[in-house]
Amino acid sequence: MITEAQILTALQNVHDPEIPTLSVVELGLIAEVQVRDNAAHVKMTPTFAGCPAVEVMRRAMEDELLSLGLGEARVTVTYDPPWNSNRITEEGRRKLKEFGFAPPAPYTGELNLIQIMDARCPFCNSHDTALESAFGPTLCRSIHYCNQCRQSFEQFKAL
Amino acid sequence: MNDTALKNLLFRLADDELITGHRNSEWTGVAPILEEDIALSSIAQDEIGHAQAYYTLLADLGAGEPDAFAFLRDASRFVNAQLCELPTGDWAFAVARQYLYDAAESVRLAALSRSNYAPLAQLARKLSGEEKYHLLHGKTWINHLGRGTDESRARLQAALESAFSYALGLFETPADEAELTAANIQLPEAELRRQWLTVVAPVLDGAGLTVPAGRAVEGGRCGEHTEHLAKLLDDMQLVFRSDPEAEW
Repeated sequence: MITEAQILTALQNVHDPEIPTLSVVELGLIAEVQVRDNAAHVKMTPTFAGCPAVEVMRRAMEDELLSLGLGEARVTVTYDPPWNSNRITEEGRRKLKEFGFAPPAPYTGELNLIQIMDARCPFCNSHDTALESAFGPTLCRSIHYCNQCRQSFEQFKAL
Repeated sequence: MNDTALKNLLFRLADDELITGHRNSEWTGVAPILEEDIALSSIAQDEIGHAQAYYTLLADLGAGEPDAFAFLRDASRFVNAQLCELPTGDWAFAVARQYLYDAAESVRLAALSRSNYAPLAQLARKLSGEEKYHLLHGKTWINHLGRGTDESRARLQAALESAFSYALGLFETPADEAELTAANIQLPEAELRRQWLTVVAPVLDGAGLTVPAGRAVEGGRCGEHTEHLAKLLDDMQLVFRSDPEAEW
């Protein structure tokens, strides 16, 4: 009998192709896990509705679960609950920073420029940074510049 | 209620997003500065993703396949507002249209978040979060140009004048509105339009711009379009129609 905990452990092996340092679990994509008999149903809540990596991750998750020996593994997309950046785990935030991405500021449901501009440099920890663009190379990232160590960096968006 | 009215609503929402997303994508590579190239490309990707999500709700209701909705319908079967299909124009027009559109979308999504049709309410709550970035982007540019030089303000004002009547057309009352409001699926268009004006007017005013007067240009919701939509679809659907059975 395969447990929910085993499923979550297995899903640690599935990564977001756009931020390969993070697993789908650390990114907070897993909304629900149901296991009955030898069948699993996992619901994932995507970061952005238009994220092109959703289908890739969905299939990779199914393959990973089938490799556990489950008779049936189904991964479906849900918007309930909607993903928000507070779902990224502590471990996930640590890995983002290690990878050179500033973790998102806490999301309160409101959004204003001051909030997006408020980023701490992941390289030197300075707060003396400027927003270059609220849109970055992928939907979930914004572009910033650190006046202290003079490097540009990206922040995972609060959403 | 039979689900025809609901399907029609989903087509209106999806088609607005798909056509707007396609127009945004036309700025990829040619926006005035690199950051805007990235911003409009990202917004295009968001809007097309939102269209896909709405088309998926339609597929769940047994209406057909998302790709077929996007790539195999002719212009007369699209129910987007005409605002979305107008040609790209200059940067001031891009800013004016995008801001008026995003403000309308944010008002609409806030209302749909309380829709009685749960899958739509869930999706609307999801999309609201993403839309905030678009609205912030639009508002920033309205202020940049409105408070910039005499030329930038004049050009933005002219763009607003030409876009505004079409933007009012986003709120064209559909034939089946009574069914949707009775079932608490969405608010009347006239109410959404009122809310939209209370959002838009202070922002334009604050940027030194005048809210244009004008009558709504309607017809889009009934499949009546400008010549521009057919041309856009020729481009957008060309590859898919060359081999509809292809596996990608």
